[in-house]
Amino acid sequence: MKEYALILVSTVLVNNFVLTKFLGLCPFLGVSRKLETATGMALATTFVLTLSSVCSYLANAYLLAPLGLEYLRTITFILVIAGVVQFTEMVIQKTSPLLYKVLGIFLPLITTNCAVLGVALLNVQQDAGFIRSALYGFGASVGFSMVLILFAAMRERITVADVPVPFRGSSIALITAGLMAMAFMGFSGLVRV
Amino acid sequence: MSRLFRTATSPHVTTSNSVTRVMMTVFLALIPGIATYVWLFGWGVVINILFAILVALVCEGGMLWLRKRPLKPFLSDGSAVVTATLLALTIPPLSPWWITLIGVGFAIIVGKHLYGGLGYNPFNPAMLGYVLLLVSFPREMTSWLPVITFSQHPLDFTQSLSYILGGHLPPGLTIDALSEATPLDSLKNNLRQGNTIAEIRAQLGLDDATSRMLSIIPIFGNFGGKGWEWVNFAYLLGGLFLIWRRIIGWQIPVAMLASLAGMSLIFYGVNGNAYVSPMFHLFAGATMLGAFFIATDPVTAATSVQGRLVYGAGIGILVYIIRVWGGYPDAVAFSVLLMNMTVPLIDARFKPRVFGHLK
Repeated sequence: MKEYALILVSTVLVNNFVLTKFLGLCPFLGVSRKLETATGMALATTFVLTLSSVCSYLANAYLLAPLGLEYLRTITFILVIAGVVQFTEMVIQKTSPLLYKVLGIFLPLITTNCAVLGVALLNVQQDAGFIRSALYGFGASVGFSMVLILFAAMRERITVADVPVPFRGSSIALITAGLMAMAFMGFSGLVRV
Repeated sequence: MSRLFRTATSPHVTTSNSVTRVMMTVFLALIPGIATYVWLFGWGVVINILFAILVALVCEGGMLWLRKRPLKPFLSDGSAVVTATLLALTIPPLSPWWITLIGVGFAIIVGKHLYGGLGYNPFNPAMLGYVLLLVSFPREMTSWLPVITFSQHPLDFTQSLSYILGGHLPPGLTIDALSEATPLDSLKNNLRQGNTIAEIRAQLGLDDATSRMLSIIPIFGNFGGKGWEWVNFAYLLGGLFLIWRRIIGWQIPVAMLASLAGMSLIFYGVNGNAYVSPMFHLFAGATMLGAFFIATDPVTAATSVQGRLVYGAGIGILVYIIRVWGGYPDAVAFSVLLMNMTVPLIDARFKPRVFGHLK
């Protein structure tokens, strides 16, 4: 039990995927202009990341490993992730057309989020079991969501600030992201895994 | 119309509440803390502060000039002076000049002016400068001086100056021999080695002369960290003065100190041999400076009453978590920056009720 809690703390805070591992930066910068879209993206990514982390574990353990096809790992994982994203999209469209409309283009875009593939590959690298993979995926996505939402709220404020002209837009956003990463270094050493 | 009947429009009672006045009051409130700090840790503190103010004014002026903003109103508002002073108070008393230069320069240029100057910066500039220094130069930033009465070679003003500017120490001395870890730092190291607090206290229970001879680093003072308790106490007095003058609200300091004390009380109650008492946490490190002078920065803190309570409580909890389980000995700077990130969300969640509207 304690080990599982530590995995969560480690993936959410200490080894945050965006601010310490620098994965998933494209949606981090791309959809953080408004708080609402960021929240939608965060929810969708949380769902997809957890599910695809589990699915890719299953694909690796019961398909690739027994058949000795480990060299096909990356392409299989991409396929699995794309499948999960498509599945999520279809389910959301049928069950909640409103949420589907709010998320719009961001749903298919999750396929290209490198954090999703990163989690799947890191799980294999760490030889993680089923529950560990699921927790790792969930923790990574919670960390991603938290940072994305905080960043979006900050960016809404920075847009109305009197930023010097050469620094407006993406450059001040990247500087802010860097400063956030610096603040997150305070969590280092919290969990020794 | 005669002069007799001429009246001004409504607010009839006016005060001169300007940024300059606020900043000068903050500076005034820092003086007891600075004086205690100098008394306990020597002249290096004064040199650091003066040099930091100089760097801050130069950076501020340069950035205003580059951004084609008027120099005089912004240079004289005192905000850069306060930022520089706060940063200088958080770095070790004997820091080489380039530490101050890099920290203050980063604070003013990146932390403040890239975001549009006073009033726009999302992060506390002084704490950004401090964190940058801490993660870049951990060795320089953790070698503090011992309390002056405990030091074998207290440096006078000219010796401190010659070290800070030129790196020259009096013959036969090295900086490693002069400096030592802070109480929070050596407590952490002791606990990591598996010692219980009772053992640490017993080991430190020797009289001053003996422990000086054995070069044991003092950790516990009368009620807080050795030496640091008095510095913190002086900041507490200055902070109460600020609350009395209505420069800062009571919410952030009270929430921060209460949550820090609450957290430490719980763990101290569960296992008093592995966790130190709440009094130690309140009167060690940068707790009081952080609670009254850093977390209350009006630009980067939450604004509504409930928002401030949440913001302050968050800082207190994070300070405890990072101090006890994290890798760094003190955590006020990190916690303030981390809570700065949540301020836009806190402000959006805890909006004060508009008069005439139901919630």
